[in-house]
Amino acid sequence: MRKCALEKINSVFEEIAKSMTLYLPVDGSDGKAAFTKWENGMEWSDALNTTKSPKDFFFPQSEDLMKFKTEGKNIEIIDTRDEKEDFAVFGVRACDARSFDILDRVFLTEPYDSFYASRREHGIIISVACNKPSETCFCTAFGILPAEPGGDITAWKDKENLYLCANTEKGEALLEKLEAVTEECTDDSADTIKESIKKIAEKLPLGSLSTDSFGGGKTDEFFNAPEWSELSEACLGCGTCTFVCPTCQCYDIKDFKTGNGVIRYRCWDSCMYSEFTKMAHGNNRLSQKERFRQRFMHKLVYFPENNDGIFGCVGCGRCVSRCPISMNIVKVMKKLGGKSE
Amino acid sequence: MQALTRKQLIDKAVSLLDSNTVSAVLGWKRGEFDYDITPAVFTSADELNREFIWNDFCGANFSKYLVSKTDRLEGKLLVFLKPCDTYSFNQLLTEHRFDREKVYAVGIPCNGMADIDKIKKITGDGISKITDNGDNLIVETLYGDAPVEIDKADVLAERCINCKSKKHVAYDELLGEDGEVISSNRFDEVEKLEKMTPDERYAFWQNELSRCIRCNACRDVCPACTCEKCVFNNPASGAESKAPSSSFEEKMFHIIRAFHVAGRCTDCGECSRVCPQNIPLHLLNRKFIKDINCFYGEYQAGAEVGSRAPLVDYTTDDIEPCDVFNGRDTDA
Repeated sequence: MRKCALEKINSVFEEIAKSMTLYLPVDGSDGKAAFTKWENGMEWSDALNTTKSPKDFFFPQSEDLMKFKTEGKNIEIIDTRDEKEDFAVFGVRACDARSFDILDRVFLTEPYDSFYASRREHGIIISVACNKPSETCFCTAFGILPAEPGGDITAWKDKENLYLCANTEKGEALLEKLEAVTEECTDDSADTIKESIKKIAEKLPLGSLSTDSFGGGKTDEFFNAPEWSELSEACLGCGTCTFVCPTCQCYDIKDFKTGNGVIRYRCWDSCMYSEFTKMAHGNNRLSQKERFRQRFMHKLVYFPENNDGIFGCVGCGRCVSRCPISMNIVKVMKKLGGKSE
Repeated sequence: MQALTRKQLIDKAVSLLDSNTVSAVLGWKRGEFDYDITPAVFTSADELNREFIWNDFCGANFSKYLVSKTDRLEGKLLVFLKPCDTYSFNQLLTEHRFDREKVYAVGIPCNGMADIDKIKKITGDGISKITDNGDNLIVETLYGDAPVEIDKADVLAERCINCKSKKHVAYDELLGEDGEVISSNRFDEVEKLEKMTPDERYAFWQNELSRCIRCNACRDVCPACTCEKCVFNNPASGAESKAPSSSFEEKMFHIIRAFHVAGRCTDCGECSRVCPQNIPLHLLNRKFIKDINCFYGEYQAGAEVGSRAPLVDYTTDDIEPCDVFNGRDTDA
């Protein structure tokens, strides 16, 4: 384990930024933290979570796949790929760090997604433990430990120092580069912080949410549950939950006509939208209730069914705090059977 | 604290259900915390007593829900309307978006709603309890610190700081006392924007709109946006887009939407309340409202049912486009 005094943290950022682009949470003009490209003088935000998750780094909201240029009867195909840059994402929380494992299962299995894979290869994740989780956090319900976040390097912060520990070869290589700006410390240096986080985690009001009722093979049990009507009755059909979610991974591929060609791009899609997966035969989910149900069935039943029981939620709480009508996966799980008591 | 209590509202709802005046109640439903409230339809006294809530976090404007919730309803729907909600109610009636006969509107006074983000700025994350002791909110956190007493005036939502009316412009019945249309400072922010140079203004909006994630929450909550199928959701429209393909397109969504609701926007502020990225979207139409007032005389959308908005009501006295341009020039 290595440590760095917080007052010298800028030197760590500077050192990382020498060899790769560094992103970290920075408070914006609206007072909310967002992952921002680091420049000297920028201050690492104290915020627990960014509004948008770091999913964007590997699976951007919108990315060009290729371009076509037409001239007369000729079509030129232009390669627009640019995901070849090394980058580091600093300050990723435990929930978000776990979300990458979930995305990996989607994008790194057949049909293998080379755009995502390339970004994963070029990216390095430095997670930070959550000293002060929010009341909206429920990562522990999914077996995630806010005191032990994953990623290539894990960091813990107390009042004076940042402690760093590598989890992967990539992480070790980066820590080596940081030798000049960090110092060696004993492996138990962060134990006090870990203990205090564990105590707080036990007190989280949503932390004891039970997942026992859910999982693969439960489609018949839940699909026609009468509760879906009530749960979805106020849903606006907006995409806030899906777009702030670190694990929502649905996308659409669209052509944008430029006048003398086409930009073929991929963008996030939302199962909450009326035109989601619209095909030649029409839409397969005609009501907001069906669309709402799809999102939660995917996370709680279909995803674990296809992924060794792993749920498609990491309990980050973004949907809990951002849904315009305050409907979310916690309320769905409690209503449908996962009582916390 | 609100003038009426939760119990007063529940009693009213139960008596209207019991007398068969209404068959269902549109109200606010309690959540996991004291602030995460969900709009819901209640049909029994039991449900109301268990889950109905009325407190400083009941910001949701129910008027738009009347379009979908009265559609197949047998009997009448009771809706509780705060003063600002009644303007949206009238505007939707003007546009024939729901059947007035299917609604029983109860006007309730509002002392302004609190913004949970502003509270968290003061207390930090980990809120375990919020209680109301009159003018102050007492906030407790998971971290065992002493409860924080916050003056509600310090955490009011932007739209409530700039409240334009405590008067109900539509109701079947009024609970509590009605207020007056008030002179607010709501155009101050617009004036700040007007005083900017075009470059500064462009940079301001560029910065704000660059955060947009195209979740469409602003549109979906907007009582003036009730198209059956929005062009942006319609693959056949040629304008469908789920995410911006360029930064130009990203801005176009908001600009097109702003123009579409111009003259119909009542300035209810729901767009900015729901924006997950805290974009001050209400300022776009507040600017239009200010301009309409300036060029055509004071006009408040939704103040009455059936009014012809200046932008869709040609008169020979209308201001000439060149005067609009000149007027704008001298304003800026």
